[in-house]
Order: sequence, then structure tokens, then C-alpha cells
Amino acid sequence: MDDLVLARSLFGTTMGFHIIFATLGVGLPLMILCAELLYQKTKDHDYAIMAKRWTKGQAVLLGVAIPTGTIAGVQLALLWPGFMEVIGKVMALPFQIEIYAFFIEALFMSIYVYAADRISPKMRILSVSLVLLGASASAVLITNVHAFEGTPAGFRIENGEIVDVDPWAAFFNPSFFISAAHVAVSAYMTGAFIICTISAFKMLKNRKNQRVFSFHRKALMLSLAIGGIFSLLTALNGHESAQMLHEYQPEKLAAAEGLFETQDYAPLAIGGFTDKETQEIKYGIEIPWALSFLAGNSFETKVIGLNDFPEEYWPPLFVHTLFNGMVLIGSFLIFLSMVGFVWNKLLKKTHFPKPIMFAFVIAGPLSLLSIEFGWIFACTGRQPWVIYRILKTADVVTGSTQIGVLFILFTLIYVILGVAVLLVLKYYFKRHPVENELDGDLPPNGSMSVY
Amino acid sequence: MTADSLLAITVLWGFVFIYAVMATMDFGAGFWSMIYINKEKTNATNIANRYLSPTWEVTNVFIVAIVIALVSFFPGATFILGTVLLLPGSFILILLALRSGFLVFSHVAKDYEKALTYVSGISGFIIPALLMLVLPITHGGYIEVINDVHQLKFDALLTSPNTYAFIGFAVSSTLFLSSLLLADYSNVADELEAYRVYRRDALILGPISLIMAIFIMLTLKNEANWLYTNMLDYMPYLIGSVVSFFIAGTALFLPSAKHNHRIGRPRLAVIAVTIQYLLASFAYGRAHLPYMIYPDVTIQSGFTHPNTFRALFITYIVGFLILFPGFVYFWKLFMKDKRYMKQNES
Ligand code: HDD
Ligand code: HEM
Ligand code: HEM
Repeated sequence: MDDLVLARSLFGTTMGFHIIFATLGVGLPLMILCAELLYQKTKDHDYAIMAKRWTKGQAVLLGVAIPTGTIAGVQLALLWPGFMEVIGKVMALPFQIEIYAFFIEALFMSIYVYAADRISPKMRILSVSLVLLGASASAVLITNVHAFEGTPAGFRIENGEIVDVDPWAAFFNPSFFISAAHVAVSAYMTGAFIICTISAFKMLKNRKNQRVFSFHRKALMLSLAIGGIFSLLTALNGHESAQMLHEYQPEKLAAAEGLFETQDYAPLAIGGFTDKETQEIKYGIEIPWALSFLAGNSFETKVIGLNDFPEEYWPPLFVHTLFNGMVLIGSFLIFLSMVGFVWNKLLKKTHFPKPIMFAFVIAGPLSLLSIEFGWIFACTGRQPWVIYRILKTADVVTGSTQIGVLFILFTLIYVILGVAVLLVLKYYFKRHPVENELDGDLPPNGSMSVY
Repeated sequence: MTADSLLAITVLWGFVFIYAVMATMDFGAGFWSMIYINKEKTNATNIANRYLSPTWEVTNVFIVAIVIALVSFFPGATFILGTVLLLPGSFILILLALRSGFLVFSHVAKDYEKALTYVSGISGFIIPALLMLVLPITHGGYIEVINDVHQLKFDALLTSPNTYAFIGFAVSSTLFLSSLLLADYSNVADELEAYRVYRRDALILGPISLIMAIFIMLTLKNEANWLYTNMLDYMPYLIGSVVSFFIAGTALFLPSAKHNHRIGRPRLAVIAVTIQYLLASFAYGRAHLPYMIYPDVTIQSGFTHPNTFRALFITYIVGFLILFPGFVYFWKLFMKDKRYMKQNES
């Protein structure tokens, strides 16, 4: 394998690993904040216990999120020095502002975790809110760099020199708001569905223990409400993301849909595999006219096919599957939260039947899978460009040649950290089952200590 | 050297200095909590952990801030540094990841605390050594260009006595600074046993770090003479630095101002030592200019686009104004609040 492929694999692996913890780092604080607010509103101690236990989990996840993020940041400069040179000259603002977001998050996370017993409930809520703000802002800002790669703005390249730099125009590049919103809402939805997974699993295991069961039921209902809202927003905004691709990166949308011929009344292909030889989707379902409608809100919209682009500029065709996976999971999770809502609020039934419970259990992993699909689609679908129509990935890669060894070493580290974090979480929550806390009284002022 | 690039390199230097102090504390505290893990009685491990737990995340942000400041202010330097540092940089990242991860895990999984503490303690003093390698690499002589690609000459780097002087300095300084700061911390917390232990460690390690600094100067003369002669121009700073060192040493033997039976004024020593490192690193940094990487990259040739610099600088000011109250609150909760510092459990 050549060094370019290795560098891409290494960076993709790093990001694929970081994103698991990063997404939860954005999504869980929202759940913690909701639990804190519900506790202050209802004075039901169960919510305080939820906030405390989720914070504990989040504090452990941080032990991986932060170092892998640091790796990602430094690897950008180590593996793609040519890319970072351009970014440094044009798109440095989001990286720089992200540092402030990290500081806010780090300061108030430490305060929330280590000083919870010494600060007032108001300060605690303020601290979690700032953690949420810091984490969301860092996600939005880093996504902005990704948005800039797809829709570059604010500079020109003249004879190899970067000229006419306008850093704020680069910052507010055309796809910034849509991409950033998509990443933020999909992270909130994932945080909620991970809680959904855990509480549904615990409910299945504790059907006999009424006290524990009802604790987890409250968590489940909260997670379904938040997950439902944000999965809907994710889908609506995802639709806009697709329209944005139609406008700015048509070959990416064409690859996502396996569309070869430019046409109006274009059909939407679901499932199946793109066959390059016969130029069609095999084993898929076609919905006539739907793609045109999705891309431009009208059946007459002309959607550009891959054949209008030189083949060397085609993204890899397997992104069709990734895109489908993301959309399918998104739709399924909206459906699932609706089922939960109808069953509980409209039909007023308190117990969910087993099949629904099992669906709840897999909701979190599915959501994470969707995040992975979405990102690999977004980054791989940009190939061969690292900055769309301006800079090729092959031109920015490092000239060093020892990447193979590093790929193995880093993968090993991710495996070690991944296994360790699971073991530590399991160990901790086994040692501190929720039963202990449900019986023990919390101090009257509503304070709590996480460590 | 334009005013802008000088301003930028000053900000970068400021970050490096803050990180150097915070990181030595951080890494050193990890090391000491490993060394004293079996001395339950002295509480020395607890003291280190109490300091370490809330700060490591904030410290880590500074390393990211340095990389970002380098990339955004000096993209030209990033290109060469990124290329030659691929291997050493990756090793630092791997160790850092292991350390941060296991540091957090060790607080949660008490049964595994010992094994996990060893991982974070050992990687904690190798990392400063590796980080310090970046300095000699920028002095020139260790980079060659093969087929248009900048490459690190590992054999030259690893056989140079100057390299080892820097490594020795990094390790001894880390342990010196951290033991001194922990002495101060345990003094404030009235943990007398821990104070005694850390004061003793500081007294042993201080002279060693000074010897290493002299060793750096001696080897620099041969290995990077341009830097050596430039540094001699800043002799008053270097002398001031050594004087501060001796003031710090003296402070550790003065009788305590507040308590009758205690020896030493660690707070004064900490301040003197900070001034010592500030003066020395200023002399080093100033002598290094205008080169970022000798002789290929100067702060001018690597500098970012002026428009970007202006926009960045505005965010620095706004960011600082927003963050400052947060830092003050953080400091009050963890460094001044006796309720926190005196807890028995970490
Ligand atoms: C829980 C996760 C999740 C879910 C359910 C969805 N997405 Fe998504 N999607 C992401 C998580 C995500 C992501 C991981 O956050 C991406 C990767 C890059 C980005 O900006 O967001 C993304 C990217 C992304 C892109 C590419 C943007 C680009 O290339 O710049 C499009 C067109 C869509 N999404 C569209 C959708 C549609 C139509 C969905 C319908 C339900 C959908 N997504 C659900
Ligand atoms: C966190 C979730 C992300 C995942 C899972 C992810 C995944 C990937 C993958 C798989 C590749 C290799 C693409 C290929 O060669 O086929 C890649 C490349 C890349 N990604 Fe992402 N990415 C993520 C986020 C980002 C963000 C936020 C940025 C912007 C800073 C970014 C910038 C890049 C760059 C610069 C490359 C290398 C050049 C290239 O291959 O185009 N990625 N990423
Ligand atoms: C869009 C995908 C990404 C999201 C949503 C994301 C989000 C986050 C979040 C929330 C954190 C804080 C950890 C926590 O609280 O759990 C974090 C840490 C970090 N991320 Fe990412 N990140 C993404 C991609 C990247 C990329 C591409 C880079 C590299 C340029 C990066 C660099 C970092 C760094 C350096 C940290 C550690 C900051 C610290 O020291 O506190 N992230 N990320």
C-alpha cells in the first residue's frame, strides 16, 4: 500500500475512534442538564441520581475523548502538512476559537465533577450548561473546518500563492450553518439514545425489582423525549444537507444516490450496490421522481449525474451504502420514538412489549453507527479532494514514509483504550449499583459529590 | 522581523511557558503519586492526586493551544515541523493518550489503582523528555532534505550530547518544579509529613536541574554555536536566573513566617523558581530569533497571512476577556479552598 492510502487509513481510524467519545461528550451533557433541571423542578431524587451517574460515565469517557482529540489535532499537522499550511493561512479562526470552547468545557467540567458538593444548585446548573455550551461549540467549530473543505471560501490561489484572504468569509462558508447544525443535533440525539439503550437494558434485567425498574423507566422516558425531538430535527436538517450537496458538490450527491445520467424526474434509489460497469444500482428499490424532489423541492429539478464529471473526480461509489445506512437508521429512530410516544402517552400503557424494548436496546448503537456512516460518507465522498476543486489529498500528504508502523501502533492504542474504558465503566457501575443510591438519602440541600 | 510576527511569536512563547510550568506539575505529580503510592501514612500520594485530578484536562488544552497557535500563526513552519516530527510526535501522542486515559481510569477503578498509577507515572516522565527533543531539532543540523522531503537525521540526533543534556534537563526540571509546587500545596493544606517529603525532594532535584542547565550550555557551544553566542548576549538574564535559583534555595531554609516550628517558605521559593525559568527561557527564546528552525524557517518566512493574523488577534483578546473569570473561579475552588485541599479522600 502506498503512503497516501496508509495516511488516509490512519487518519480515518483516528477520527472514527474519536468521534464515538466526542459525540457522547456533546450528547451526554444535554441529558445531564435535563436531569438536573428535572430534579430542581420535581425534587424527585431519582433525577439527581441520574445526573450523578451519567456524569460519572461522562468523566470516564473524557479520559479517551480528550487524548484521542489531541491525537486528531496533532495528526492533522503531522499527516497533512500541506493542508494545515492552507488552513493556517485561511481557516485558522475556528481552530483558535475552539480552544476557548475547550477551556470553557474543561474548566467547568472539572468544577462540576470535583466541586459539586461545594457549590449551589444554581452554580451546578450553570456549570453543566457551560460544559454543554463548550462541547457543542467545539463540535460546531471543528465541523466548520470540515464544511470549509467541502465549500471553500475567502481566498484564491494565484500562481501557487494564497491571495485575497478574508478569514471571516472563510469562517462563514456556504455550508457552515447546515453542517454544524446537523452535527450538533445528531450528537444530542445520539446521547439520548445511548441512555435509552442503557435504561431499556436495565429494565429488561430488573423486571422484579420495582424500585430499580421505575428509576430506569424515568430515564427511558426522558431519553425517548429528547431522542425523538432531535432525531426529527436531524432528519429535517439532513434533508437540507442533501440540498446543499446538490448545489455545491453535485458529484457527491450523485455518488450517494448512484445516479449516472443527468436527468429531471430523477428516481431515488434505496439500498443495493452501485455497479460501475452497467452504471446502475443493483438490488435496490427505486422511488420514481423522489430524488428530484429531495434535491430541489420540485419533480422538475435537474439532478446532475456522475457521467457529467471526469471519472478521476468521482468519489468512491460505496458511499451510496453509507448514505443509505445513515438515512435508514435516522428514519427508524424517529419511528421508534413515535411508537414510544403513542404507546405511553396516547394509549396510556405503562409497560412496553418485549419487541419494542429490544428495539430500544439497540437504538444507541445504531445511532452511533449512523454517526460513523455519516462522517465516512462526508470525508470519503469528498475524495479525491481535500479542499474541494482546489487542493488534492495526494498533494498535501506528508513526505515521510514510516506511516505503516504508526498505523499499527495507533490502532493498538485505540484497541487498548477502547477495551480499558469498557472494563472501567463495567467495573465502576458493578461496584456502585443504583440500588445503593436509591436507598441512601441525599443531603437535603440537593448537593452531591461525584467522586 | 515585523511587529506582527514578533507579537505572534511572543504569544506562542507565552503558551509554551505556561504549558511548561503546568505540564511539569502535571507530569511530576503523576510521577510522585507513583513513587509514594505505598507510603499511606504521609498522604503524599493523596496530595499529588488532589492537585492532579482537576487540572490535567485544563493542562491538556494548553498543548492543543500550542499546536493551534503554531499552525495558525506560522503555517510555514508547520509544514517542515509536521514532516520531520511525524515519528517523535506520534510517540508523544501515544504516550500522552495512554497516560491521560489511565490517569482517569485509575481514579475510578480503585482496585486497579496501583497498576494504572504505574502506567501514568512512568509515561509521565518520559513525555517531558520527548517533548524537549523538539528544541534541539529546531537548532539545525538534524534535518536533511532527501528528494525534496525534509527528514530527521535520527542517528545525528541520538548521538549528540546536547540532546541528552536537554533530556536530562527536562526530566530533572519536571521533578524539581513539581516537588516544589507540591511542597507549597501541602504546606498550605497543613499536611506536614507530605510537606517534609516534597521539600526534601526539591532540595535534591534543584541542584541536579541546575547542573543539567549548565551541561546544556556547554554542549550547545559545539552543537549549535550560533545559538550559544546569541545567548551570551543575554548574560544578565542568565545570571539573574541563577540568582533566583539561589534565592529559592535559601527560601526553603528560612523559618516559616506563619508557623513556629516549620522550616521553609515554599511560596517564596515557587515564585523565585518561576522567575528563574522565566528569565532563562526568555534568554533562550530571544537568542533563538529570528529562526524558528535554523536555518530554513524564520518567523518572517513562516508567518501567516496578515488578514488572518489580525482576525486571530482579535479573538485572542475577546477569548481572554471571556475566559479570565472562569480561570479565577477555578483557582478559587481548587487552589485556595481549604475544604478541598484538606479532604482526606482524593
Ligand atoms: C445520528 C446520526 C445521523 C443521522 C440519523 C443522520 N445523519 Fe446525516 N450525518 C451525520 C449524522 C446523522 C453526521 C455524522 O453528523 C454527518 C457527517 C458529516 C456531517 O456534517 O454530519 C452527516 C452528514 C450528512 C450529509 C453529508 C454532508 C456533507 O457531505 O457535508 C448528508 C447529505 C446527510 N447527513 C443527510 C442526512 C439525511 C437526509 C438524514 C435522514 C434521516 C440523516 N443525514 C440522518
Ligand atoms: C469525527 C468524525 C470524522 C470521521 C469518522 C472522519 C473520517 C475520515 C475518513 C474515513 C477519512 C479518509 C477518507 C478517504 O481517504 O477515503 C478522512 C479524511 C480526512 N478528514 Fe475526516 N472524518 C471526520 C471528521 C473530520 C473533520 C471534522 C475534519 C476537519 C477538520 C476532517 C478532515 C479530514 C481530512 C483533512 C482528511 C484527510 C484528507 C482526505 O482524505 O481528504 N475530518 N476522514
Ligand atoms: C465533528 C467531529 C468532532 C466532534 C463532534 C468533536 C467533539 C469533541 C468534543 C465534544 C471534545 C471534548 C471531549 C469531551 O468533552 O468529551 C473533543 C475533544 C477534542 N477534539 Fe474533537 N471533535 C470532532 C472532531 C475533531 C477533529 C477533526 C479534531 C482535530 C482537528 C478534534 C480535536 C479535538 C481535540 C484536540 C480535543 C481535546 C481537547 C482538550 O484537550 O480538551 N476533534 N472533541
